[in-house]
Order: sequence, then structure tokens, then C-alpha cells
Amino acid sequence: MRFLANLGLFVLLLAVLGVWVMLPWPGAAVLVLLIAAWLAFTRRGRQAASVASVGLSTLRQRIGASAVIVIGIAGVVGVLVALLAMAEGYSQTLRATGSADTAIVMRGGSSAEVTSVLDRDSALQVAQAPGIARDAKGEPVASSELVVAANLPVRDGKPGDEGSVQLRGVGEAAWAVRPQVRIVEGRRFTPGLRELLAGKGAAHQFKGLAPGQNVRLGTQQWQVVGVFASGDAMESEIWADANVVADTYRRGSSRAAVTVKLSDPQAYANFKSALESNPQLKVDASTTNDYFAKQSEGVTKVLRIIGIVVGAIMAIGAMFGALNTMFAAVASRAREIATLRAIGFPGLPVVVAVMLETMLLALVGGLVGGLVAWALFNGYSASTMASGSVGQLHFELKVTPELLWTGLKWALAIGFIGGLFPAVRAARLPITAALREL
Amino acid sequence: MKYLHLVWASLFRKKTRTILTLVSIIAAFLLFGLLDAVRTSFAQAGQSANGAQRLQTQSRLSFIQPLPQSLGAQIARVPGVAAVTYANWFGGAYQDPRNQVFTFAVADNYLDLFPEIDVSAAERESWLKMRNGALVGERLATRWGWKVGDRIPLQSQIFPDRNGSKNWQFDVAGILRAKDKKTGGFFDQMFLLHWKTFDDTTPYNQGQAGWYVSRLADVNQADDVARAIDALSANSDHETRTQTEQAATASWLKQLADIGLIVGSIMGAVFFTLLLLTGNTMMQAVRERTSELAVLKTIGFSDRSVLAMVLAESILLLVLGGMLGIALAQAVVPLIVAGSGGVLNLPRVGASSWALGLALMLAIGLIVGALPATSAMRLRIVDALAGR
Repeated sequence: MRFLANLGLFVLLLAVLGVWVMLPWPGAAVLVLLIAAWLAFTRRGRQAASVASVGLSTLRQRIGASAVIVIGIAGVVGVLVALLAMAEGYSQTLRATGSADTAIVMRGGSSAEVTSVLDRDSALQVAQAPGIARDAKGEPVASSELVVAANLPVRDGKPGDEGSVQLRGVGEAAWAVRPQVRIVEGRRFTPGLRELLAGKGAAHQFKGLAPGQNVRLGTQQWQVVGVFASGDAMESEIWADANVVADTYRRGSSRAAVTVKLSDPQAYANFKSALESNPQLKVDASTTNDYFAKQSEGVTKVLRIIGIVVGAIMAIGAMFGALNTMFAAVASRAREIATLRAIGFPGLPVVVAVMLETMLLALVGGLVGGLVAWALFNGYSASTMASGSVGQLHFELKVTPELLWTGLKWALAIGFIGGLFPAVRAARLPITAALREL
Repeated sequence: MKYLHLVWASLFRKKTRTILTLVSIIAAFLLFGLLDAVRTSFAQAGQSANGAQRLQTQSRLSFIQPLPQSLGAQIARVPGVAAVTYANWFGGAYQDPRNQVFTFAVADNYLDLFPEIDVSAAERESWLKMRNGALVGERLATRWGWKVGDRIPLQSQIFPDRNGSKNWQFDVAGILRAKDKKTGGFFDQMFLLHWKTFDDTTPYNQGQAGWYVSRLADVNQADDVARAIDALSANSDHETRTQTEQAATASWLKQLADIGLIVGSIMGAVFFTLLLLTGNTMMQAVRERTSELAVLKTIGFSDRSVLAMVLAESILLLVLGGMLGIALAQAVVPLIVAGSGGVLNLPRVGASSWALGLALMLAIGLIVGALPATSAMRLRIVDALAGR
């Protein structure tokens, strides 16, 4: 009988956790309201509330043990949220780079701009395809760009420590297809000169990328004339005149890819099919939304998995810590609970009271962990070698409300398990034995 | 030592509590074992004795910029260079662009510079004879079920052939095995094809080499030789940058992520929590046993031996849980490697991880035990027995 009851408890636990993971926040809000209403308006509920308030009033005497639950869960939530914030920041930075009304055209089969090569004729033909927006002069808004890598000394490294940065050779049209890019310091480069514009992230990462300074690319001296900001992956790049870059890298008149502004997002289908049906072109087109979403996919997934695995292992530790504390709490209050049962309280209010206490501590832990992660890591700079790029991608960790909610859910789930078993033991305590205990 | 059974008995006085605490400790050290394996795999990359003997020469401009073919002969003449070879990055993928394969187009003598790679003489001979031959790493071959003689379609993400098609075909000529499985994780995932075939087939390479690898006659000359190689191309349009393989790998991994920092912060959070948790358990354990400890003192145990016994108890708790945790990590690592199909290649939990883990267990055990142990030492028999 006892075995069946335990099995039932276990199944119940799995079911509750399964539902809980799926639950969006309005569902949780309704659940909280329902529980509050039950506590306030039913006889059993009021009993449970009063038992819980007795438990909570003695919390101060068990402050050390209760802190184990709070801090244990805060640790889990903090680490989980920080790792997920890394995935979120990476993915948001890359996604923000794309938009629905711009498309990128690369040589067929190329997975990234840097591995694509388009000769001059192809680039010109792409610009003539239908569906591209026209500027005031009636010219198509299409930017053929060259993407290469450059070695630069890193900012806080040892002498000789070099990192790779993506260098984009652009023309006038680059500014038209990317309205989000704006100069925050200095000026644009002059076409035909060895002048560089540094993205804000790149300037943060590498030495010598401040306006007025010179950097060495290979054998040549280039002057940095400005810094630009865009709030996306472009910030991790440095920009210069396409012809000058092509000259330095011996690329002749070829370019890597063409980015075009579409007249509207619906024009994409027409644009793509026109390119596909052109027998002279062997190119692939995709919207920049799709292109950058695809670039972010792999790394984001890996980061999320790492976060969840590390979080899960820590959660096991915290859960057993909570179980320990609550078993001790129930044991120290055994007489009190037995007295309640002896004067007629049924098991349910006792179970609910213990659960409420644990969940409350877990909630505090979740909030503390989430807030600490937010305070320490929101906006924290990180960088990695991005897939599909040849430079370091500079991004900021993003602690979003969704992530904090995920953290709270984990906290409450740990609290639920940590409270359930001690609560059931409290309710099953044989009254006579417990009353005799000192 | 003779009190071990006493310490053991008091540790398991309350089984539930000890076991619950043990599970928490196991979880913490499982995480430690896994993360430390990741950290060591990053730290060890390229740190082999053979790696120290090799220099890598790349374009100073950037790693994607190729170097002229003529440079190879010049490097070979630099004093202190024993042998030179070159390779290009092919950017291969199998079946799906996501299944990236470490594909290199290499010169015929490439394997001479990598004595840590094992390939049978017959297979190497047949590779040299086959125009489309490829040597395939053992792990890579197992992952996709390739055998010698198979024809492998490989898609290059960078280089089309003369017809503009990026679908290349290679015949497996032999299998590469890493001689030292521990440090050679990367070698058994490589796919080597002939540089000559590659250069003839794609119109985009035109006789250039991606990078040069040279073997030093004397490891201590690394810096001088590197400088001499870079001087060959100084002020030309293809200036080079030469580093030892160790330094190149380290700088590459540093650009990927600051693994040490991430692992360090996670473990900091974990051990701080663990400190609190086990500390609480030990406090409870000693508080419950006040009268028992008083009895021990009454029958003649000195203050110091009571202190030592409580400390021993907390250290035993930590070491027991920690050992189980790291052992678990050791069991789990091969499962992760197998489960990821060889993509994630973690080393086994090494001796250094065990030593670091053990030091942590002892340190945490001492810190955690310190407070309850001193209060047990200061216990006054009369007060304790009277329940004051």
C-alpha cells in the first residue's frame, strides 16, 4: 500500500513538472490566484494558511538552514540565467543584423560571405534583378561588398597577441542598405584612400582603433577615421573602401556578396526567382533575416544545451539541499504537527503548509539568483569566433524577462520537489509516536 | 586512524541527512569533473612535444590570405629548419553543410612532419598513387562508416571545381590513427587530400599554399627561426607571421572563448553553495550530538581529539562525495563523447583533475568542519550534560 502511494506520488511529481515546464506566465498567474483563493475562502485552505503562518513565524530561528535553500537555489538560477543570457545575447546580436526587406546574394553553395566569390559581371547582373528598391536617382540600391579577415593586436593582450577581425570593403550603397549604421565618432572614410571605419565592438576589442590612429594591415599603414555603431553584428567589423581592400588583398574586381534593399518584403520571391532563372548566374539569394538566423543557430543551441546541463546538475545538488533542510524542519516541528493532527487538522493542510514554506523560500532564492545574474551580467561584454565569420563577434549578455521567468520556474520546481517529500512525511507522522518524542 | 569506525558511525548517525548531503556533494563534484575536463582539453590543445617542434607560417594580413608557392623553398633553406610542408583549408562538409569535416589539401610530405599520426606504409603508398585519394581519421571514418576503397562525396564550402560544381569526390586510401589517443583527438578527425589534385581542380587557388608548417632541428631555436622565416617576406606583398604550433593554437582558442573564466565562475558559484550546504549539515550534526560529545570528553577524550574527530568527519563526508562525483564524471565523459558522435572530444578526467579535486575536497572539508569542530572542542562537560 505504502509502495503504491509512493509510486503515485512519483507519477504526480512528473506530471506536475511536465505541465509546469510548458506553462506560460499567464497560466502561472491563474494558478497563483486559484491557490490564493483556496487559501482564503475554503475551510481547508484557511487551516493550511494558519499552519503555514505558524511555520513562517518560526523561520527566523531556522535562518541558517533556510538560507541553504535560498542560496542553493539562487546559485542554480544565477548560473542558469547567466549561461542562457550568453546564448540570448549571441543570437539577438546576429538576428538584429538581418531584416525582412534586405536580401543577400552569394555564389551558389557558399555558406558564408567570406567563402563566397562573385565576379564583377555577376555582381552587376544581380543589381539589375527586379524587386530591388530604387534611390532618388532611380538607381537600384545594391551594395557589392568584399569580406576578408585582418589580423590586429588585441587590446588587453601580451605584445604580439593578435586577433582576427572581419574587414568589409564597401561602397556608397552600403549605407543605404543598412540604415541602422551610424557614425558615432569621426567621419566616413574617403573613397580611394587607406582609411578605416571601426565598429564600436571592434574598437573595444582591438588596439589602435580610435580615430586619428594608424593600424598596420600586412605591410600597409591605414588610418582610422571614425567609429560606427549599429547595435548588431556589423559593430564587430571594420569597414573600408571596397576598391582599396580588393587591392590590398589582391582580389581584383571580384566581390564576396551583394546585399540589396528590396522594394518591399513581398518582392523577395520575385527577386529570388529572377536570379534563379538567369542562366548566366550561379548564385544563392536569401533574406538577411534567414541568413543571420542560420548563422546564429548552431552556437546558440550549443550554449543553451551547456546552460541547461550545468543548471540541471546544480539543480540536483540544490534540490537535495532543500530536501535536507525541510526534513530537518519537519522533524524539529514533529510534536507541533502531531498536536495539530490530534486536535483534528487533517493531513492536507499540513502538506500544503510545508510546501508553501519551501516554495516561498525557493521563490526568494529564484528572485535573488535572477537579480544577481541581471546585475552582474546584463550588458556584460563577451566575444567569440562566430560561425560563418572570420572575425571575433562582440556581443553583450542579455538577461531578458523571459530568461528571468525561466529561472523562477526552475526555482519553484526545485522548491516543489524539495518540499513535497518532507510534507508527505509530516502528514504521515504517526500521531502517538510523534507526541511522545522529546 | 583507530577512531575511523567512530567517525564513520557518527557520520551515518542520521542516514537520510548524510545521504542527501552526499548527493549534493556528488552533483557538485560531477560538475567539477566535467568542467575541468573541458578546461584541460582547451589548455592541452597543441601542448605536445611534437607541437613544440613545429612552426606555423601564415600570412600576416590574415589567416584566410594564401601564400605564394615559392616561399616553401625559401623557408627550407633557413638555417634550423629541418623540413617544410604546406596545406590548404578545403572547408569540406559531408551530406549536409552542418556536418563539417576538417579537410586539408596537403603536400605529399605532410605526414612526415606529424610523427604522432599513425598510418600504415602500404596505405600511405597507395594514397600517393591515387589522384583522388584521401586519408581519413579513424574517428571520422567510424562516425560515417567509411572503409578503405569507399568513394566519398564531399562538398566544399569554399572551392568549386572548373565546372563551378562544389561537389568533389574522393576515394578513401587509408585510415589515420592518433598514436596518443589522449592528446591526438584532432588527428583522428582529419580528412587529408592531395594539394596537387586540389590545386589542379579548382580555378581559385592558382598554386598558392594556405600555410606552411616547418619542423625545427632544435626546439630551443624556435624564436630565432621564426624571425628568420618572417624576414624572408618582410616588406613584400605577402608578409608572414610565424609562431610555434602551441602558440598558434593557444591564441586561436583564446579567440573562441575565455573558457578558464567561464569554468571558474561556474565552479565558484557551485562551491560557495556547497560550502553553505555541507556547513549546515555539519552544524546540525554536532548540535544534535552535544551530549554524546560530552560523554566522550568525560571518559577521557582530549579537547583536541574531539576537534580532530569532528574535522575528520566533515573531511570524510566531502572526500566520500567528491570521489564518487569525480568517478561519476569519469564514467560519463566517454558517454558524452560517444553521444555527440565525436564532435565533442573531451579527455578523460586526468590525474591533475583528481589532484585538484582532492585538494578542493580537503579544503572545503576543513572550512566546513572548522566552526562545529571548535564549538565541540570548547564544549564544557557540565553544561553539555545539563542540556544548557
